[in-house]
Amino acid sequence: MFCRVNSIGIAGIEGYLVRVEADVSNGLPGFSMVGYLGSEVKEARDRVLTALKNSGYSCPPRKITVNLSPGDRKKDGTAFDLPIAVAVLGAYGVVPKDKLERVVIAGELGLSGEVKRIRGCLAIAAAAEELGMEWCCLPEGNRREGQAAGNIPVAGVRSLREMEEFLKYGPRAENIAEAEPEEEEESEDLPDFSDVIGQPHMKRAAEIAAAGMHNLLLMGPAGTGKSMTARRIPTIMPPLTLEERREISKIYSICGLMPEDRPLIRTRPFRSPHHTATVQAIAGGGRRPKPGEVSLAAGGVLFLDELPEFSRSVIELLRQPMEDRSIVVARVHGAYRFPADFMLVAASNPCPCGFFPDRNRCRCTERQVKTYLNRISRPILDRMDLIAEAAPIPYEELAAGKGSRQEENSESIRKRVHAAWLIQKERYQGLSVRFNSRMGRGELEQFCALGREEEQTMKRIYEQEEMSGRGRDRLLKVARTIADLEGEKRICREHLLEAAGYRRGVRFYWGGGWD
Amino acid sequence: MTEQEKQYLYLLCRIKGIGAVTLRRLWEELGSFQSIYYIEETDEMKKFPAFCRVAQKIRLGRSEQKKTEEEYHSLSEWGIQFITPFDENYPEKLKEIYDPPMGLWVRGKLPEKGCHTAAIVGARDHTEYGRAMAEWFGRELSAAGIWVVSGMARGIDSAAHRGALSSGGKTAAILGCGLKICYPRENYRLFQEIGETGCLISEFPPYAAPAAGNFPMRNRIISGMSDLVTVVEAREKSGSLITAALALDQGREVLAVPGRSTDPLSAGCNRLIKSGAQLADSPGDLLEIFSMKRQSERMVQEKNGKGLAKTEKMVYSCLDLQPKFLDEIIQQSGLSPGACMGALLELEWKGYVVRTANQYYGKKL
Repeated sequence: MFCRVNSIGIAGIEGYLVRVEADVSNGLPGFSMVGYLGSEVKEARDRVLTALKNSGYSCPPRKITVNLSPGDRKKDGTAFDLPIAVAVLGAYGVVPKDKLERVVIAGELGLSGEVKRIRGCLAIAAAAEELGMEWCCLPEGNRREGQAAGNIPVAGVRSLREMEEFLKYGPRAENIAEAEPEEEEESEDLPDFSDVIGQPHMKRAAEIAAAGMHNLLLMGPAGTGKSMTARRIPTIMPPLTLEERREISKIYSICGLMPEDRPLIRTRPFRSPHHTATVQAIAGGGRRPKPGEVSLAAGGVLFLDELPEFSRSVIELLRQPMEDRSIVVARVHGAYRFPADFMLVAASNPCPCGFFPDRNRCRCTERQVKTYLNRISRPILDRMDLIAEAAPIPYEELAAGKGSRQEENSESIRKRVHAAWLIQKERYQGLSVRFNSRMGRGELEQFCALGREEEQTMKRIYEQEEMSGRGRDRLLKVARTIADLEGEKRICREHLLEAAGYRRGVRFYWGGGWD
Repeated sequence: MTEQEKQYLYLLCRIKGIGAVTLRRLWEELGSFQSIYYIEETDEMKKFPAFCRVAQKIRLGRSEQKKTEEEYHSLSEWGIQFITPFDENYPEKLKEIYDPPMGLWVRGKLPEKGCHTAAIVGARDHTEYGRAMAEWFGRELSAAGIWVVSGMARGIDSAAHRGALSSGGKTAAILGCGLKICYPRENYRLFQEIGETGCLISEFPPYAAPAAGNFPMRNRIISGMSDLVTVVEAREKSGSLITAALALDQGREVLAVPGRSTDPLSAGCNRLIKSGAQLADSPGDLLEIFSMKRQSERMVQEKNGKGLAKTEKMVYSCLDLQPKFLDEIIQQSGLSPGACMGALLELEWKGYVVRTANQYYGKKL
């Protein structure tokens, strides 16, 4: 007898329909599986047979054939255990087949017959909804994640027996309970900007960067709070919208990074890969490509601490996603596009010892400093809109700490950033651009028009700082964000001057023009 | 001295391992450079055992004779003169020292006879104060007709040259490398200008690399060529103090520009003063030594804040000669970071402020 079950395979971050077909016939007893299977799927054979036995089903020895179609796409992962088991049961006539046409099933089986968590449930549920399915059966542990995908009803199953029950009698109430609405204010232990003592310049730069999604480079000696500041940038960005949360969660779900207790990612991503990270880890890779750090940081911050220590190829690969806001990973089976709309924050020491330009402490030779800094290539430097500087903090300030002077907390900074985001949202209505940093030439001319006096200031900056045309564009975008933060309609002289202040580091550290 | 003799001297100068003193002694002993060059072929060799060592070096050097002769003939093409103590224009004062170089490669015009010369030396990593002082000294001395001698190193040396170039261009740079090489590279423009209006001097052959050992050697020429040596900024242990010590050995006057006692870059100068060097707090002190009248000096002093906008005044009043980090200025002025950065950039354009490092600002003198 023949039985067919729907399941979903994952390619990149999108799901596609996989039909799991099982046939039980007379012949030499055995279990064979076909359909271009990865080794995880091949191993399903033993898991399924043992789980069936331990769940109390008696399957008389017959010739069992399982096929996963389409047969030309490689199938990986453990999510096909449950659909294979259901298809075999259907072929034996144990479960009714009438519902199977409109149900998507996915889950991993344990030998006892329990159903275990799998990756990528969000993508599976979303794909099921798109295919017009009526039900989606997922492991109980992934139920809330699946429910978060949207409008398709999701049933959670704990064991093979529950699966059979579902197909015979329909869902039990406890298995389809909708996720209770989340409490608004999370009592999470997020770091706060008030922990960073002093460094008003760096904080201001972080605020501007967050307001316009500008890339930020932090320079300064070790232990001055560069990483601390970077870590806190996601906390001053406005909260994620539901749409954004779904997008981000989809990527995290595929990578198996979803927290168990919540259906969707709630906080803005902050990814801080170590500087030994490989190209594959950053861009996404593997034989069956999985999203890399650039995709995991989408909608949030990608933080590269000790930028010059990263391998050159890793730094260079960032150029393309920074322009296109997505990354394409090409493999023999096809190319996969992953989102990569992140804000780059990088930190670097100014020299190997870190104290340059304080010549009383820095003992590096001119050459050492140069070689160190030159590990950051011009094209990447070119994409850094703001360069902020950190200096050693005097002891009095550290000791006075929180007692004497209250540092501003993340919430009040976030309010200002949020206001700037709203201005940008209004401005770019109907355009593909969402932030000042993403403006193209056309938008730049439309929204960054300068008055006569401002034009003169711009000219002066341009000439004094030996800028390039591209440098001018970058500066204008930053000035636009500063104006938005101040709530100004037009870019004024002081906005330009401040924006110029954040780009002057390039000339000091790397010399020459802006490119 | 005949042209032929000069050429032999050139060949000898190009041989590694024969110093100025050895060469002079040999000449005193043998009478001509030709006979030194062919010392192996003469009986003189047996006179002193030490000659054998010299002979060996010369033998090694002779393998390159052709190339060196070609180099000698192309010097004029490069605009380089080869000056020996037998030449008219060899610096008079240099002959007084114990180890005057037997050959100098020169580009430009050497100081005339009887001209006053003053050396200004100091640290490579300088402060704004040191830079301003060196430039001021260089400017005033050159304007008074005194040659400014220095080493064209980064920092104080370059500032002194720049000052001199801005008023008359009477300045001599003694290099630690060959004249065909500009070291440090960022001084290329300065290198060119000094070559045109002043002179570049080196005791090393045109393509000699700036080896570390060359610099202390050229220091003796800096002090030797000068009537006095002024140290502008120096650490406790520094090359400038070597120059000062050499100057004392050579019987030159040593002056030092004082600094704050807490400033490590002035520690060397203050110690010089403590041990008897003359204190020089204006170029007038140097002019007095030459018994020249103090001219109406353009004083180096802090600018007053007239004609500045209110915020600019506020920011300027927070500044000091010692550069401060932006955060400190923000804190002291009570302005927002943005306003503060804007004001600083404005002040820099107006010439009130100098940015010494990326976000470090100090008052400009």
